Amino acid sequence: MTPEAIQQSLAAKFGDAVGPLQPANRDPWVEVKPAAVREVCAFLKADPQLRFDCLMNVSAVDWPKQNQIHVVYHLFSYEKRHSFILKAKLDRAAPSVPSVEPVWKSADWLEREQFDLLGVAFEGHPDLRRIMLPDDWVGHPLRKDYAEQAQYHQISTTRESPLDGFVRLDEMKKSAAAKAAAAAAPPAAEPKKEIPS
Amino acid sequence: MTEPRRAPESPTMEMTSNKEVLRRIEYTGDMLLNMGPQHPSTHGVINFLVQTDGEVMKRAIPEVGYLHRSIEKIGEKCTYNGFMPYTDRVDYIAAMFANQGWAMAVERLLGVEVPKRAEYCRVIACELNRISSHLISVGTMAMDVGAVTPFPYALREREFVNDLLEELCGARLTYNYLRIGGVGFDLPEGYADKVITFVDHFEKILVEFNRLITHNEIFVQRLGGLAPISREMAIDYCLVGPNLRASGLPFDVRKDLPYSIYPELQFEVPVGRGSMGALGDAWDRFWVRVEEMKQSCRILRQCIAQIPRGETMGKVPRKIKFTEGLEAYSRIESARGDMQYYVVAGGGENAYRVKVRTGSFTAMGIIDALSRGLMIADLVALIASLDVVAPEIDR
Repeated sequence: MTPEAIQQSLAAKFGDAVGPLQPANRDPWVEVKPAAVREVCAFLKADPQLRFDCLMNVSAVDWPKQNQIHVVYHLFSYEKRHSFILKAKLDRAAPSVPSVEPVWKSADWLEREQFDLLGVAFEGHPDLRRIMLPDDWVGHPLRKDYAEQAQYHQISTTRESPLDGFVRLDEMKKSAAAKAAAAAAPPAAEPKKEIPS
Repeated sequence: MTEPRRAPESPTMEMTSNKEVLRRIEYTGDMLLNMGPQHPSTHGVINFLVQTDGEVMKRAIPEVGYLHRSIEKIGEKCTYNGFMPYTDRVDYIAAMFANQGWAMAVERLLGVEVPKRAEYCRVIACELNRISSHLISVGTMAMDVGAVTPFPYALREREFVNDLLEELCGARLTYNYLRIGGVGFDLPEGYADKVITFVDHFEKILVEFNRLITHNEIFVQRLGGLAPISREMAIDYCLVGPNLRASGLPFDVRKDLPYSIYPELQFEVPVGRGSMGALGDAWDRFWVRVEEMKQSCRILRQCIAQIPRGETMGKVPRKIKFTEGLEAYSRIESARGDMQYYVVAGGGENAYRVKVRTGSFTAMGIIDALSRGLMIADLVALIASLDVVAPEIDR
């Protein structure tokens, strides 16, 4: 089915919860109200015309300018060989969306990753904990305003550039040479400034 | 498989401080075992929390993230061309595919056309890389279940592929060969003959390899019927690539959502048949990879015969810039399955968000469900048969 037909069948079933098709981009997508995400997904999977049996990808994008976090679902149907993209726009202060883990099992790990890296809470997820970073890590690194903690268990998270050492060594040598030169010879009178002709 | 040993109903705990008696207490709890992160059979740095009752696992929980290098964050900080070498590090065993996925995503944003010759160069490089990646996969899989001999055989052949790829792009592992809009270098002189010589040699070796290990009675007994994944389960957990095809679903991105020049090429998609036990078992996953190497040889022959003359770089602006919010999605068939890049363009020369969906990541998600009731030794075979590569999981 074409994306237009899929959007029409969604709009017929869910009305306002599903937005219009956004054809401006390379891949058309449809906005879904966050509260309706799980129902829409369950319908997309169960409907005999649509049969989206696979959740390919879950990504989240942080948009501080709009004060939103977008969660993007890439769906694919092995049976019908068509794909579709859903987007849910969440409030950036407390991003939360129903988990689609009951619909597709692959959502388990995909949602955990987005929770870890962007701090999106997937309600109803059976095992929502960090996956890439340690459990006691502070912050969500893929947020645009993320500032890394200075230390993690007394281990510095920054490292000075190895080139800095050479610069310091160079300066030490220079100052030592200057000191030696100063000790060897009494400071001479300031050289006369040449008057530019 | 034998029934899991049941713990006795009540422990024979005796209220005494006598150490002699304590030693006779039958321990009835489960044992929690850390398999990894430095375990030779986990193919990189992965930890498995294994809850066992004797030799039988109740659960194996994969703990990943030890190789997380935040490649997605790096993607937001570099220019589109500058990110290309980093994509090599997403999957260093099959780096060419990670290159191609990124190149295709940005080319979709740009809308540029890649010259025919460059597409052929890409496919030649990718199929060579597929052979080398599958050789590692089948070699280590045989080694993990105890057959050490096939591994050096596989690596010996892989050396030839590495030599070919080194001649093409100067690197043996992290190629950085593709560019946005084309490829970095044209095929060197006499390259076609070398590829054909290798393919001729390799097809004979594959027959030998099949005699040595694929249809070996002990190997078949070990892997046949082990940890079968049904077709529905494979789709539900979003398994991709050879793992999905071993479960009996003939889906290959090269065939079903064709990209590059694959529509012009003749090849078959090998599908698991359950001939050595159950459909989608570990042996099927092994066999599908061996068959795919044959198909790659076939593709290589056609590419060498058909490659046209011409440019190897399309017309790409020097500075790649997009309007903010433009997004593209690319899917390619990597050695580890359907690899997907989701790119959101930023206003300047950097991407705003890069998401890499890799086959190993979703394959790890199924291990928890599959491991229940397996032996610990079978977990090793299961990981190897799914062909997970640690950096590709963590990125």
